[in-house]
Amino acid sequence: MNDTVLVLSVVSAISAGTPILFAALGEITTERSGIMNLGIEGMMLVGAITGFWIGVETENAWLALLGGALGGILLSLIHAVLAISLRVNQIVSGLALVIVGSGLSAFWGNSGDRPTLVQTKTGVRFDPIFPEVIRDLPVVGPVIFGHDPVVYLSWVLVAAISYFLYRTQTGLSLRAVGEDPGAADASGLSVTRYRYVSTLVGGFGAGLGGAYLAIGVIGTWAAGLTAGAGWIAVALVILSGWRPWFALLAAYAFGALRSLGFTLQIAGIGVPSDFLAMIPFIATYLVVIVVSASPTRARKVAGPAALAKPYSREAR
Amino acid sequence: MAATEKEILQVRELTKSFYGVAANDKVSFSLRNGEVHGLLGENGAGKSTLCSILAGLYRPDSGDVILNSERIRFRSPLDASNMGIGMVHQHFKLISSFTVAENMVLGLNAKSRNISLGTVEDEVRELARQYGLDVEPSAHVWQLSVGEQQRVEILRQLFRGARILILDEPTAVLAPQECDRLFEAVRHMVERDHSVILVSHKMDEILSNTDRVTVLVGGRNAGTLRTNETDAAELAKLMIGSDHLPKLANKSLRRFVESTPVLTIRDLEVIGDRGTEAVSGASLEVLSGQIVGVAGVAGNGQREFQQAIVGRRQISGGSIMLRGRDITQLSSRARSRSGLAYVPEDRLGTGLASGLTLEENLILKSYNEPPYSHRGVLSTAVITAAAEKLVKDFDIRGARSGMPVSLMSGGNLQKAILARELSRPHDLLLAASPTRGLDLAATASVRQHIRADTEKGGAVLLFSEDLGEIVELSDLILVLAGGRIVGSYTPATLDISELGLLMTGAKVHN
Ligand SMILES: Nc1ncnc2c1ncn2[C@@H]1O[C@H](COP(=O)(O)OP(=O)(O)OP(=O)(O)O)[C@@H](O)[C@H]1O
Ligand SMILES: [Mg+2]
Repeated sequence: MNDTVLVLSVVSAISAGTPILFAALGEITTERSGIMNLGIEGMMLVGAITGFWIGVETENAWLALLGGALGGILLSLIHAVLAISLRVNQIVSGLALVIVGSGLSAFWGNSGDRPTLVQTKTGVRFDPIFPEVIRDLPVVGPVIFGHDPVVYLSWVLVAAISYFLYRTQTGLSLRAVGEDPGAADASGLSVTRYRYVSTLVGGFGAGLGGAYLAIGVIGTWAAGLTAGAGWIAVALVILSGWRPWFALLAAYAFGALRSLGFTLQIAGIGVPSDFLAMIPFIATYLVVIVVSASPTRARKVAGPAALAKPYSREAR
Repeated sequence: MAATEKEILQVRELTKSFYGVAANDKVSFSLRNGEVHGLLGENGAGKSTLCSILAGLYRPDSGDVILNSERIRFRSPLDASNMGIGMVHQHFKLISSFTVAENMVLGLNAKSRNISLGTVEDEVRELARQYGLDVEPSAHVWQLSVGEQQRVEILRQLFRGARILILDEPTAVLAPQECDRLFEAVRHMVERDHSVILVSHKMDEILSNTDRVTVLVGGRNAGTLRTNETDAAELAKLMIGSDHLPKLANKSLRRFVESTPVLTIRDLEVIGDRGTEAVSGASLEVLSGQIVGVAGVAGNGQREFQQAIVGRRQISGGSIMLRGRDITQLSSRARSRSGLAYVPEDRLGTGLASGLTLEENLILKSYNEPPYSHRGVLSTAVITAAAEKLVKDFDIRGARSGMPVSLMSGGNLQKAILARELSRPHDLLLAASPTRGLDLAATASVRQHIRADTEKGGAVLLFSEDLGEIVELSDLILVLAGGRIVGSYTPATLDISELGLLMTGAKVHN
């Protein structure tokens, strides 16, 4: 029963969707403050290589994960300085981050006397936390209890970010900064501080996602291993209407698509993988179209009003 | 009123420049405890700048702010708020997707008090009752009318314990009845020992609601006077530095109104943003040489009505004819070409392209026609010459080459739009609150331009919340309430109190 196609697909969808989910959660936080960071792909790659490298060196999966997150944060700091302090166009800065991130990670993954990085299987991994008896329960065993701790961490994060955004005063302030920085400023909130912190949280999510992808899902490093996962996360933020719980659902749906590609390949069914790779973006298109067709719906799931608009107190 | 001689706030030689031009030039000024202090000045005189400095939003280049005999320096609006200074900006600073209560708690120090939205709502209701500023704390700001939003802004400052309230042109966005309520609330505030700085262009408001008044001219203080020792003439003289106010045209010299209709609207129906009917079956006619004024409280379909006429909003029924030609199906550009001039309410949003220069904005609707361009290439010399002429004719100030118009003051923006619209060939001028926020001189000149327009046979459809303006200008006054034309008066049949009632949506039997 637990090895029916459906159960196996759900399990692999969750596994493949988790890195994207982390990245999307981070980006939701960033964008809620009005900063758009399109550099997720770059931050994920840097997170992946940092995490992988630390994993190899320390043989500790948790340190690896943490290191990956730090890598993502460092890269997002570049975006924060450019976009918030220097008021550079956020699209340009975000795209530049992708290039910087891919370059850095590829270089680092190949550099010097450590070509081994490319080939090693880390041997560092996360093990399921529940005992086998529970994991063997029909259906719920593998679907709910069969995961490694990082998957549960992502669930906790979804709940935490959702609670933070909608139930706490700091979350309210963060959303205010993203809706109308001028009004937030006049209310006494520090727009710069909120935007910096949430941009770094975005880097944290992307770095974490990248590191988990490398050590928890794929288990090896290869240049460009994210293969567009960062872009899917960008689409997912829009698709979810900037809401964490919807991001979870969408991440698993996209995870299913990713793993479907492998399944179909193995089964010898000739659906071009490029076509499958397009589906997340087409889905995003469709959602955006459906949503904007109705003004009331559009208001509900519209992005932050001041998204990607630099703020300067004395400018008008 | 409770004003005492004690000065709680002093400003000494405050200077603030933007791009090398001084908006405040060594301004000195003082506020007494418990007084209402009026701030008068032409557009661009630096009133908002001064207020924004006091509210901690702008940092002065030099000069001192002294609060309770202590020299202070605000680093942010939070500092000002903590010291008891609250400002209601000309453009509200509310998050429209949040509720009233959520806006109230925004920026409050979460640690200093344990805030639950429920208690905030109760506190706000209590405050609202005390000051006569009723609002529903659980409503979303986007659902509120402009007047309600303003009450939220004021309550928010009171809620944060502001002792000094700065109101920047609060009545510019209010209907007459709402103005009365606002001043009622202001009286409640001074009774409770608050001090108020009140910016306004309306002389009678200043005269009847302030204790003292300061006049700013070109960023300098031209004089501070006791209100009961001065009058409109003296203030006007200070403000524009000359005794002759532009004379308003004599009302008895009526123009010749031909009977050819320029604009004919039949049974217009328009759906509003929220999916409900905003205009329901309105008909009207504007004749050549005639000014038709549409009076009404904001939010009764004015915006949708105008948008339907200019082609920025789909109509769900009825027809619109311009000089006998059905323009219902035309694009807004085509309508503009067939002789529709439009002065919108929203200056920087729809009226002007905020990032372009004044010159570019002045030809925004004719840049692709000769003589401004030939085969797709702009003729800069012609454009500059034309722009210079308009700047002179309409007395537009504060523009420099290469500067985006968004940096100009409200009054000058308005003159720029008027200059552009009136200088193009047109049959009908649709004007929405054309003098909102303008100073006396600018108001007079804008009205003069509108009047002059009809002397050449043009027709004007005027939407305004300023009843005085409607009465002064119009040959026919219509009342719009709940999306319907509910009343119609000529200057001879005008009954102001009845009209006021109709505006509020009340039924009047005659
Ligand atoms: N943030 C800003 N950036 C650039 N220039 C500014 C800014 N704020 C004000 N100015 C300029 O400073 C001058 C004074 O503007 P201010 O808004 O204080 O005038 P005001 O007296 O409030 O006029 P109005 O009656 O039109 O509101 C104007 O020339 C304006 O263009
Ligand atoms: Mg102003």
